[in-house]
Amino acid sequence: MATVRIQSEDFDAAAEAAALTADRKDVGAVVTFTGLCRDEAGRLATLELEHYPGMAEEEIERVAAEAEKRWPLMGVTAIHRYGKIEPGGNIVLVVTASAHRQAAFEAAEFLMDFLKTRAPFWKKEHNRDGTSGEWVSAKDADDAAADRWLQGNK
Amino acid sequence: MYRMNRMKAVYFAWVRERIGKSDEEIDPPEYVTTVGELIGWLAARGEEYAYAFEKPSVIRTAIDRKHVRHDAKFAGAREVAFFPPMTGG
Repeated sequence: MATVRIQSEDFDAAAEAAALTADRKDVGAVVTFTGLCRDEAGRLATLELEHYPGMAEEEIERVAAEAEKRWPLMGVTAIHRYGKIEPGGNIVLVVTASAHRQAAFEAAEFLMDFLKTRAPFWKKEHNRDGTSGEWVSAKDADDAAADRWLQGNK
Repeated sequence: MYRMNRMKAVYFAWVRERIGKSDEEIDPPEYVTTVGELIGWLAARGEEYAYAFEKPSVIRTAIDRKHVRHDAKFAGAREVAFFPPMTGG
């Protein structure tokens, strides 16, 4: 059963990884992915993340349940922040634990690919020059990254 | 008065900004049955709605917090959501 949290507070990636392996000796691989806020070459002051309360958590839980069906995972944690985040700050965390590295790596990548295209979050940029920026556009590359898992390539 | 189609519409990101509200109760007429038709009906409610839904094909939709395509029927839904493609992660 995956742990999914949607929160405005920061998270501690090392502590979350340690929690997945605490008191067990069968885990052989833990993959930790952290997505951070870029400053976009100095232009960005803050990134504002809007989300759909309730659905955000449920959608990530659905993606995590699918990952647990596809790979023999011993633990999954996904945390996504909302609200205002400054450059250098954490946005998203995915931690996967398995007996072997391939399942942990692949499941972490799968989770991130689907989280980007299915979890109801939207980013708005606020610039250092004071202009209220634009809503970030979805990238075709992100859709393509998610689609490849549906085509039997993996 | 009993109204079969009464439901909550919720809007996010630039859809919310363009319409100028985050949610509202809506009561579409009986001939509106799919989420795509609902977009067309909403778009005709005023300038702000027309602006939000000027490109219906880019609008993503959810019924009761689950993603659905525009051809999904919303009968019995409590909450229908309209939002741009997601940019989390």
